[in-house]
Amino acid sequence: MSEMLYQRDVYGKTLVELGKTNQSIVVLDADLSSSTRTGLFAKEFPDRFFNFGVAEQNMIASAAGLAACGKTVFLSTFAIFASGRAWDQVRNSVCYSNLNVKIVATHAGITVGPDGASHQAIEDIALMRVIPNMSVIVPCDGPQTQEAIIAAAAAKGPFYIRLGRVKTATVEGKGEFKIGKGQLLSEGNDLTIVACGIMVNEAQSAVKNLQKEGIKARLINIHSIRPFDKEIILKAAKETRGILVCEEHSVIGGLASCVDEVVAEAHPVRVIRMGIKNKFGQSGEPADLLKEYGLTSVDIEKAAKALLQ
Amino acid sequence: MASETQIQELEAKAKEIRRSIIQMIAKAGSGHPGGSLSSADLITALFYSVLKHDPKNPNWPDRDRFHMSKGHCAPLWYAILADRGYFPKDKLMTLRKVGSILQGHPDPRTPGVEVASGSLGQGLSVGLGMSLAARIDKKDWRVYVLLGDGEIQEGNIWEAAMAAAHFKADNLCAILDYNGFQIDGKVCNVMELEPLAAKWSAFGWHTIEINGHNMKEILGAYDEAKKIKGKPVIIIAHTVKGKGVSFMENVCDFHGKAPTQEEAERALKELA
Repeated sequence: MSEMLYQRDVYGKTLVELGKTNQSIVVLDADLSSSTRTGLFAKEFPDRFFNFGVAEQNMIASAAGLAACGKTVFLSTFAIFASGRAWDQVRNSVCYSNLNVKIVATHAGITVGPDGASHQAIEDIALMRVIPNMSVIVPCDGPQTQEAIIAAAAAKGPFYIRLGRVKTATVEGKGEFKIGKGQLLSEGNDLTIVACGIMVNEAQSAVKNLQKEGIKARLINIHSIRPFDKEIILKAAKETRGILVCEEHSVIGGLASCVDEVVAEAHPVRVIRMGIKNKFGQSGEPADLLKEYGLTSVDIEKAAKALLQ
Repeated sequence: MASETQIQELEAKAKEIRRSIIQMIAKAGSGHPGGSLSSADLITALFYSVLKHDPKNPNWPDRDRFHMSKGHCAPLWYAILADRGYFPKDKLMTLRKVGSILQGHPDPRTPGVEVASGSLGQGLSVGLGMSLAARIDKKDWRVYVLLGDGEIQEGNIWEAAMAAAHFKADNLCAILDYNGFQIDGKVCNVMELEPLAAKWSAFGWHTIEINGHNMKEILGAYDEAKKIKGKPVIIIAHTVKGKGVSFMENVCDFHGKAPTQEEAERALKELA
């Protein structure tokens, strides 16, 4: 069994490490610093942390002002509020001016669980990736969260980094983390499975089971939604019989749409979209919700076989 | 205390800036003359007698910051930036044209503009962020933010108002251009703001009310603002929409309508 980590624990610890050497880092939160783990930074560097209370619009526009004065701003709240509540501030104050504001949104997707649909961001990737200048990263596990945070701190411009609430198993064999590059997790020429976030683990289990039945699936982890690795997708479109996309997000506007956009323009192949199908989430335990919405490794296996028929 | 000569020079400069505003907007064929004219005295006084800045070195780290939250009054800002030497004056006639450094609403591609604005209600937060940056760096530069009266109907403004007082942002000075008109009519009819000074006081701000066309009062307010410790300051400036051009004054239509060529000529005569 691989290591189980909270992505937000890794995030909080990484911020503290970065804060020790990078004096320009400032961290903001909107009354969720214990949940998002920015509280770890607050404890270590109280002069570079500001809690904005329950006021996400003010927090994000203020981040623009801090960044315009040379600060690298990391700000956190739940994904639903970071992407939706303050979208105009993200677009007009942060992205339009191409400022160094890194939005690290936790509690994304339906695995927020019992809090229910009001708190389950399933549209955030779509909302963030359409804004010019914005980079969108969806790390698949704890170690990749650390890589994403370090990369975002070093890069210029705005980022949206999407983290989950639940613990994730560390995905083996990912290789080098590079913004804009997908990661080939397993070779295969029957079909391609493209996944992001917590769905990478589900997909990896599915790939192992398919292998036992003689089906060789290529597995690609797309942590970098934008910039997007077109080459790895086009190669897969040309070399395999179809693409299955798995994401804990609406099937509209997220990873599946990224794949669709690339293949439709350059090499049309069949794409099956596994995600939340144009409906809201609901309360429930994360594992039960993944079953309810058809996002388990078993569902992926079934869909893979259907694609090959 | 400002001398009579200084006051007269500022008044003459404000008139010159108003002429630029009329010329730019008439040439562009669209834009917002009303609010640019009503804030002209406030912002002229700021840029020619209060703000620490260096047009030859716009990124001087210790400069005071100015942010125009009511972004539709960009022509006022551009006229002043060009006159102060941030970019050549002939660029003013490219306002709102494809490829111009002068966008319809402020954009950091314009030398002297730091953060984009135009979507109302966000600029006080931007200014608050700047003021916190000064605090972190233990710098004494100040932040000035121009707000519109219609603009402060946005909820984001009041989030920022609450936070600026909470953070004791005494290096932050908001300037409210209270001209009493917004697109759909009189502010008091569209969405009443009064009792306005009481609202800001209740939020923890130091308030100063002035006639926003009286240079002496304007300079006095900026002086007073600098001396206030422990809380942010708002200068509530009572102004006249379209100030300086008789047929634009208190005419709601000129909030967002360019003068015709003939109207521009008449306006320029009045501002001669």
